[in-house]
Amino acid sequence: MTQLLAAVHKEWLLQSRAVAPLVAVLVFGATALLLFSFAVGPDYELLRGNAPGFLWLALLLSSTLTLAESFQAEMEHRALEGQLLLPASATAVYYAKALANWAQLALLGIALVPLMVALYDANLPRPLALFGIIALGTAGLSAPGTLYAAMTHQARSRQTLLPLLLFPLVVPVLIASVKATSLLMLGDPMGQVWSWTLLLFAFDAIHWSLCGLLFGRVVED
Amino acid sequence: MADPFRPPPVPGPRLGFALMGLGALLLCIGSYLGLFVAPSESYMGDVYRIMYVHVPTAWNTMLAFTFAFGAALAFLIKGEFKWDARLEAAVEVGVMMAGLLCLQGSIWAKPTWGVWWDWDPRLTTTAVMFFAFVGILALRRFVEDPVKRATWSAVATIVAYADVPIVYFSVRWWNSLHQMQSSPETVSRAFLIPLRTNAFAVLFLMAGLITVRTRIAALRLRQEMAPPLPEPASGLAAEGAR
Repeated sequence: MTQLLAAVHKEWLLQSRAVAPLVAVLVFGATALLLFSFAVGPDYELLRGNAPGFLWLALLLSSTLTLAESFQAEMEHRALEGQLLLPASATAVYYAKALANWAQLALLGIALVPLMVALYDANLPRPLALFGIIALGTAGLSAPGTLYAAMTHQARSRQTLLPLLLFPLVVPVLIASVKATSLLMLGDPMGQVWSWTLLLFAFDAIHWSLCGLLFGRVVED
Repeated sequence: MADPFRPPPVPGPRLGFALMGLGALLLCIGSYLGLFVAPSESYMGDVYRIMYVHVPTAWNTMLAFTFAFGAALAFLIKGEFKWDARLEAAVEVGVMMAGLLCLQGSIWAKPTWGVWWDWDPRLTTTAVMFFAFVGILALRRFVEDPVKRATWSAVATIVAYADVPIVYFSVRWWNSLHQMQSSPETVSRAFLIPLRTNAFAVLFLMAGLITVRTRIAALRLRQEMAPPLPEPASGLAAEGAR
């Protein structure tokens, strides 16, 4: 636990000293939202209906930037190797990194919501519930994303490899998050939102435990 | 204790080719029975006959990926490179079969459903499974170090395989066009014999392909892990330069 707290503190220091990449990812997400509206055209009915899908696609695309850069500092001067020699537990390193990625993606998601409302004239009757879905969905992106980022960062063509590995894997997150967001924004007469939330919980529970278990094998020399 | 990270043994080529030969023979018999002996289906007519290759391909694709998952676990536990060679072979053959499965499904879907593709749970799951394992093949191409490549692809295989049931349940809540699984009780005996013959045919073909591909992967690993050749003697180098 002490190791985890120390690793989380290290992540906090890293993130707080590098604000520019966070802003760049936010601008990328906002641009993606803008571009999606060009693909559909100025039909507000259509834009409102597609808003949940566009929000999650923008988040998914932005997540590859956040995740791909997340191990940059660790790989410089073999810092990750140094941490593991201290010895810091690989599990603590993984969970701290995954928590940092999760926090970044969740904040990005929350920051994109007002833009989505403005651009697509979307309704937002239950903002807190939507933030909950964003938290669960981004947790599902960050757990396997952090594991794959650790692998691909050491390989050639990491910018290509990460989405190639991650996107098929997070299909359930995308489906459940888009459905839950649609139900929250467009109405849920059958009370289905809970079943999609449950699916997100299940995905998160499985991947946060499985990836934490396997991370040690990925970074071992 | 022997070093687990030593080059893998290279299996002989005979078993693989024998299995493929047996599979090809059974496929000829099963396809003959399916195309010329089995009666037409009352709703779909002759279109249904693609079932005799489509269903066996579907069953054996799952088997190939399950074998890859087992090989990934075995590599992580034992650290023996023979399991990495088997994993590479099973993932590659599984991807090829999943691609064939999508193609056969599309050919069947067009005359029966009116579209080449439908966002149905089983089709979506198969497509996701295909792309997830293609990613693992790509990962293997981009990592030179054999130990890292084997470990990372084993980890990625376990995560991808664990994801397949979740994908299935997530897409299952959509409306489905694909029929439910059949059982011997719901399938006429005239249909069952060619189906079973082809199921074993595809199984033997797949096992043969995996065996031959394992041999290729093992040979490549041995080459990669072989110690470097000694430096040429200075006299010889000078001779070569002249």
